[in-house]
Amino acid sequence: MNEEIVALRNVSVDIGGINVLEKVNLSIYEREFLGIIGPNGGGKTTLLKVILGLIKPSGGMVTVYGNAPGKGRQFIGYVPQHSLFDKEFPVSVMDVVLMGLAGRKGFLRGYSRDDREKAIQAIENVGMSGYLNKQIGKLSGGQRQRVFIARALVSEPRLLLMDEPTASIDKQLETGLYELLDRLKKEIAVVMVSHDIGAISVHVDKIACLNRRLYYHDTNEISKETLEKTYMCPVDIIAHGVPHRVLKTH
Amino acid sequence: MLELLEYEFMRNALIAGVLASIACGIVGSYVVVKRIVFISGGVSHAAFGGIGLGYFLGINPILGATAFVLLSALGMGLISTKTKREDTTIGILWATGMAIGIIFIGLSRGYAPDLFSYLFGNILTVPYSDLLLMLLLNLVIISGVYLSYNELLAVSFDEEHARAIGVPVDRINLLLLCLVALTVILLIRVVGIILVIALLTIPAATANLLVQNSLRKMMLLSIVFGVFYTMGGLILSYIFDIASGATIILLSVIVFILFSVTVNIKKAS
Repeated sequence: MNEEIVALRNVSVDIGGINVLEKVNLSIYEREFLGIIGPNGGGKTTLLKVILGLIKPSGGMVTVYGNAPGKGRQFIGYVPQHSLFDKEFPVSVMDVVLMGLAGRKGFLRGYSRDDREKAIQAIENVGMSGYLNKQIGKLSGGQRQRVFIARALVSEPRLLLMDEPTASIDKQLETGLYELLDRLKKEIAVVMVSHDIGAISVHVDKIACLNRRLYYHDTNEISKETLEKTYMCPVDIIAHGVPHRVLKTH
Repeated sequence: MLELLEYEFMRNALIAGVLASIACGIVGSYVVVKRIVFISGGVSHAAFGGIGLGYFLGINPILGATAFVLLSALGMGLISTKTKREDTTIGILWATGMAIGIIFIGLSRGYAPDLFSYLFGNILTVPYSDLLLMLLLNLVIISGVYLSYNELLAVSFDEEHARAIGVPVDRINLLLLCLVALTVILLIRVVGIILVIALLTIPAATANLLVQNSLRKMMLLSIVFGVFYTMGGLILSYIFDIASGATIILLSVIVFILFSVTVNIKKAS
């Protein structure tokens, strides 16, 4: 059995008096690809932020690499859902990817030649090699998303958290992204949050459904009942163009 | 034109212009890309409280102003992490600084002769001692930015991501506000409290029109624009015998508009 790297025990989160997560239990193991699906507003982003230590739970316990969340940030790569920024912001693709290393501790941490090589490698991994000096605001939404994935990978994380990474990317990149993730999950743990059930279930090892409460599965098959519980309404499961069985044979 | 340099006040003014441009090029670039123009305005107006206090206590008003801007920058930084209505807080700070200044000046004995120059600047009256202070402040600002460049950039670009990967975001934001505060002090002599915000924004904004893929290049270019604006404004104000601070600002606005129009026409075609 792989080592447990993230553990949530009975975690509840209230934001502004509203209960966003309720008694969530979750374990993330090394070298596992976990997909979390659920409706918008179901607490998916909140859950990732709890793991990152950006949101403090109102109840329950969270440990990341055996420590309080926030202590383990140097092991985590994070691709936020919306990176809101100024389109005129004067940074190149290379600058943005190097920002993935800005959290390292120590004094006078300028970026070394080694860091630059890592950044170039990360940019190559997401297929953006031709755009090193391009201004970030001049890229398309999909290209930008690739750069943000490279920014998360440059620190060579042991856990990669991705919040709706497929939301703004094109079909071609989506395939490329899953190929990349398939390679990555041999070495690191990946947690991907999405509302796109079809996309996620082909590649992940495990699926959790989140709508305030978490319904957890040890396989990547999801039942109609679970989905209905998650979305709290009848769901028609249509898996189109998925080269893999997602649903149990009925 | 060269005979201008024979006057000591003119030489001092030119040096003050260059020193001011260095600080505004660097810190102004952050102010523009991080969109903290309003905060910077609040901090600079809070300086007036310190100037009033300086008059009241009979000490150099710049010292009072330095204390006030640093305190208000720290206060702003701490309050803005706690509240969602940051702009309201800034507005309150802005007005409070001015009000304190007016009260103190009213309480001071006699007339405050160069009060006007603190409000609107007079680059022609910058004494040698202030040049030394400006040089010192520049050194502090440059080393602050040099030591934290990568973190400042990451926080300016995407605060949420920076926090997620362990950058001390709140500390970096406070550092930036303190750098803004020091720049305000440096600029008061040149353009005055009320016009500080112009030199913090216009050179950087002009540079950003031309440079878009490197903050470092944008800083260097805004220094160049700053020098051009202050020198040009100074010479024009001498020729036409008009207020130097205001001339510097109007010249920069005109050049900025010209560049802005040209760049947009180019983009459209």
